[in-house]
Amino acid sequence: MTAAPPALRHRAEGLAAPLPPLLAEAEHLAATVMLGEHGRRRAGAGDEFWQYRPAHAGDGLRLVDWRRSARSDTHFVREREWQAAQSVTFWVDDARSMAFSGARDRAPKADRARLLALALSVLLVRAGERVGLAAPDMAPRAGQVQLMRMAARLCDDGASDYGAPDATGLPAHARAVFLSDFLGDLGPVEGALTAAADRGVKGALVMVLDPVEEAFPFDGRTIFESMGGALRHETLRAGDLRGRYLQRLAERKDRLEELARLTGWRFTCHHTGDPAMGALMWLHQALDRVRA
Amino acid sequence: MMTLGSLGFAAPGLLLALLALPVVWWLLRAVPPAPVVRRFPGVVLLLGLRDSETETDRTPWWLLALRLLAIAAVIVGFSGPVLNPAERSPGTGPLLILIDASWASARDWPRHQDRVTALLADAGRAGRPVAVATLSELAGGEITFRGAEYWSGRVAGLVPRPWAPPADVARALEAALGAAETETVWLSDGLDRPGRADVLAVLEARGPVRVIESPRPALALRPARFESGLIHLEALRSPPADSRTEVTITAHGPDPSGVERELARGTAAFGPGAAVAGLSLSLQPELRNRITRFQIAAERGAGTVSLTDDGLQRRKVALLAPRDGREGLELLSPLFYLRQALEPVADLIDGGIDDILLAAPDVIILADIARVTEVEADMLTEWMEGGGLLVRFAGPRLAASDVSRGELDPLMPVRLRAGGRTVGGAMSWGAPRQLEPFDETSPFHGLAVPEDVTVSAQVLAQPDPELAQRGIARLADGTPLVTRRAIGQGQVVLFHVTANAEWSTLPLSGLFVQMLERLAISTRPARPDAADLVGATWTAERVMDGFGAVAPAGTMAGVDGAALGAALEGSGPDAGPGAGLPPGVYAADDRRVALNVAGAGTTLAPATWPARIPVEGLETARETPLKGALLSLAFVALMADILAALAVSGRLMALRGAAVLALALLMHGPAPAHAQTQDQAQAQEQAPSDDRLALRATAEVVLAHVLTGDPRIDQVAEAGLRGLSRTLFERTTVEPADPIGIDLETDELAFFPFLYWPVTEGAPTPSEAAYARLNRYLRAGGMILFDTRDADMAGFGFSSPAGRRLQEIARPLDIPPLEPVPDDHVLTRTFYLIQDFPGRHTGQVWVEASAPDAERAEGMPFRNLNDGVSPVVIGGNDWAAAWAVNERGRPMMQIGRGAAGDRQREIAHRFGVNLIMHVLTGNYKSDQVHVPALLERLGQ
Repeated sequence: MTAAPPALRHRAEGLAAPLPPLLAEAEHLAATVMLGEHGRRRAGAGDEFWQYRPAHAGDGLRLVDWRRSARSDTHFVREREWQAAQSVTFWVDDARSMAFSGARDRAPKADRARLLALALSVLLVRAGERVGLAAPDMAPRAGQVQLMRMAARLCDDGASDYGAPDATGLPAHARAVFLSDFLGDLGPVEGALTAAADRGVKGALVMVLDPVEEAFPFDGRTIFESMGGALRHETLRAGDLRGRYLQRLAERKDRLEELARLTGWRFTCHHTGDPAMGALMWLHQALDRVRA
Repeated sequence: MMTLGSLGFAAPGLLLALLALPVVWWLLRAVPPAPVVRRFPGVVLLLGLRDSETETDRTPWWLLALRLLAIAAVIVGFSGPVLNPAERSPGTGPLLILIDASWASARDWPRHQDRVTALLADAGRAGRPVAVATLSELAGGEITFRGAEYWSGRVAGLVPRPWAPPADVARALEAALGAAETETVWLSDGLDRPGRADVLAVLEARGPVRVIESPRPALALRPARFESGLIHLEALRSPPADSRTEVTITAHGPDPSGVERELARGTAAFGPGAAVAGLSLSLQPELRNRITRFQIAAERGAGTVSLTDDGLQRRKVALLAPRDGREGLELLSPLFYLRQALEPVADLIDGGIDDILLAAPDVIILADIARVTEVEADMLTEWMEGGGLLVRFAGPRLAASDVSRGELDPLMPVRLRAGGRTVGGAMSWGAPRQLEPFDETSPFHGLAVPEDVTVSAQVLAQPDPELAQRGIARLADGTPLVTRRAIGQGQVVLFHVTANAEWSTLPLSGLFVQMLERLAISTRPARPDAADLVGATWTAERVMDGFGAVAPAGTMAGVDGAALGAALEGSGPDAGPGAGLPPGVYAADDRRVALNVAGAGTTLAPATWPARIPVEGLETARETPLKGALLSLAFVALMADILAALAVSGRLMALRGAAVLALALLMHGPAPAHAQTQDQAQAQEQAPSDDRLALRATAEVVLAHVLTGDPRIDQVAEAGLRGLSRTLFERTTVEPADPIGIDLETDELAFFPFLYWPVTEGAPTPSEAAYARLNRYLRAGGMILFDTRDADMAGFGFSSPAGRRLQEIARPLDIPPLEPVPDDHVLTRTFYLIQDFPGRHTGQVWVEASAPDAERAEGMPFRNLNDGVSPVVIGGNDWAAAWAVNERGRPMMQIGRGAAGDRQREIAHRFGVNLIMHVLTGNYKSDQVHVPALLERLGQ
């Protein structure tokens, strides 16, 4: 009995340890994106001034902005920008294949995917949106607390070799971001995307790859194993396979792009060797455009 | 042992293992390199892909070959391969190993020892009694035969001797051998010499003889000759027909700091079939005098080293005679006969005493100079105490002077009686006197006195208890003719007659030259003959060993001159060095003679052997075990195999950088460049601050002041020079940089045209070195402005404390006579026209006195005082205070009152400008007096 609390505490601390750095890093990354307040770019219910327009017949007197109208002969109505909270759901692949890193000083792909998801979440929360994870009890919510919960949840690792997205919890007409290496079977991805499209969910696919996966710098007699060890492939001259491997990778990317185009999503491929900033900017703008 | 051509195997059975190589080949071929296991998520994309080539599951052929090579090298290596295995020929009966062990054996001595060791080992295996004997040092006792073990411990102690076996060695050998029957192995040095046939006859009478000879030629160097300014060297070789066509000859001696080093180097080329090669070297006298030995580079043996003696050295002799205005009376010149005698054999120096002493002469000859100044006397005394030889000749002036009359003059060996005497003249009794034969204590002992040397006048020595001891040559009536006295390490010698033929016929005779030579004033132009050496006991200074290494002789017994003479003679039974007379440098008094292995007449001839005598070279039996080399090869092959295996399995990628680096390190070891750069860095660190001072002082004109140690005075001096520099900058083209404070003890003065020296009562006296620097500075044209800063209150008596201090400080300085600045001194008009030279005070200023014969040119307002910047300007006006400015350029000190004070400050600045102009332009303004004359001539 005496050992239980310390063990629990130890585990809890181990679990919480990556949280502040991840969140801090995400905040830091998000801080570099200062695009200002993002209204909905149309008139609606909100606090921010949008435009003055000449008053039509039917506008209530209450709506007339007298101060503006006093400067001219016509009446003007002050319109406010429509500000409505949008919900964005993230699916971050937690399969073991995401734990791969091609070099000792490079973080695994999963780290990058989590960082991107959380940084974007920070940005979105700051803009007043609701964010969540494609997990049973992580429905989109607003606020800093949600960021903490997401960070905690993102740190969990899955057990399967390759991950598959789960589109069941997506609210209709919401936005979604899938971050994965998409090296597993494409069937579930396709299913999830079609299901999401059916519900009017749009979003972005981010393929996170390690540069080694892009370059295949292997040679000689080699046995390749998947991260979980379930799949094996032996070759005597790995260098010979490079061309065909790269061709298959390109085909996969084309397939994903095609899928995204069909469902109205957007697709990009991000390498862990590149700075995360580029991908974050792309994601931010991609979501903006999808939103508009 | 199995042999295969020139290759032998100690364990040939092991070679059978080579048969296993095909099996190994098959095994290696069947086993492909082990795979690498990689975790890789992209494996999904690889599933189903097939390798296009399938052969590579076998080891590549070149890797196979590499591995087989490594295994083969190991097998062959352990089977003990030997290149050129020695063939042992057993014999019976006693064995005599006879070694020449002369200087010529030294060239191959380690091989001699190896060969003797091998012979002893063979004899030991065969159980033969052995005797080892050297011909060059055949011990008086008999040669005894003992077990080989007894001798093998003594082989390392055998050394070659720096001489050849004596001609009569056959008799000694016969006596030593007795009636023993023996087989002989004779390790000859390859040179023919008398007595060799006799030795062979003695040996052949006792049993078979085998000769072992080095095929390398023996080289020797004849003594250097000095003729007409060139050093001639001759190298000898035997046998003459040899592929080696040239030898490098080096000259060694101490450098100025006394460290032995190579001084010169030349190459002598042998003609085809020629036994002699000549080389002529032209060297500066300084360098030549320092040479102690010549040597054939990269050769061992006493014969290749030739020590030098007086024959090569030229002494530097300075000649001084009283100046007289007469010309054309050359035969009467006091120096004429000295010049004639010394010119061919010494380097002569002329000039004043101070100039001469700078040239560090060995001898100074004063011909009829009665008196030298006190300073010069001190310098000469110091020089003599350091080993100089002062030779004085009497003459009318010395006789007329009162030098060394009452008490002994430090530069004279004896006291003199007034007047001297004349014998055999028209107005005196008696005939001119002849010389007495020289007694044994005299350095002239042994010289024959010619009949025709007579003395008709001389100066007489005062009878004195020490006179008998100091006289080294006497007239027939016992009056001393030549006296000498030791002073420190040197001596002073007085010839009581003139150096010309006025008082005696001595300078006309050959004896004069011989006496000069005995006094080591001159040196022999050629090698001495035996007769020159007789009469003295020669002690060895340095001797050579058989390898040609020169070492101090230590306590060797002296050698009789006759024996040395016989050894130096080119021929005869006692020619050349021997057991009691090793080659080296022998000295008697100041004379030195070098005894070398090869004399001037030495020739080398190769030894000839009768056809019945088998002659072997030293080289043949050289076993080379190859085991180590082969095992290294195997190791290298295995290392390469590691890299190759990595490359084949694709694992080299990551390792490539590190592996290449490691390989490079393995092959080359640590780079020596590292040490070099470190040295350079250290050298740069140690670059003295002097360089920085020199750079600062020479990049621009810089005024300097002497640091007195009193911070206030130094500060004012610095500010004063800064103010003066600023004034110069504003008003003239002289644009000085910031002034520098100089520490007399450490800093070099030569960079500064001008030194300001404020003198305080407590100023420390500079050290000797600082004085030397100051004098050098003043002689080289520097100027010092001494400032006592006391307004010269006591007048120019220097009776103020600072003035007295200045006197004390300046006494050792080379300062000419002074006078107050005359009205027409160039200082009054170098830039401004000024007549007084105020600083904070207004007092008199002293400069170098103008020449007494300076005259005012007609129509000119001032005298024609050409030449020379006054080396010192002395005053007490505290100029620095008047010049001083603070950082903002404002005057630092109060000068006078009101406008008059400002005026005084201005004049002080003008004096400063004039002074610096005087320093920098010299008497340029003085020369302006010639302008009208020049213009007039140009006009024509």
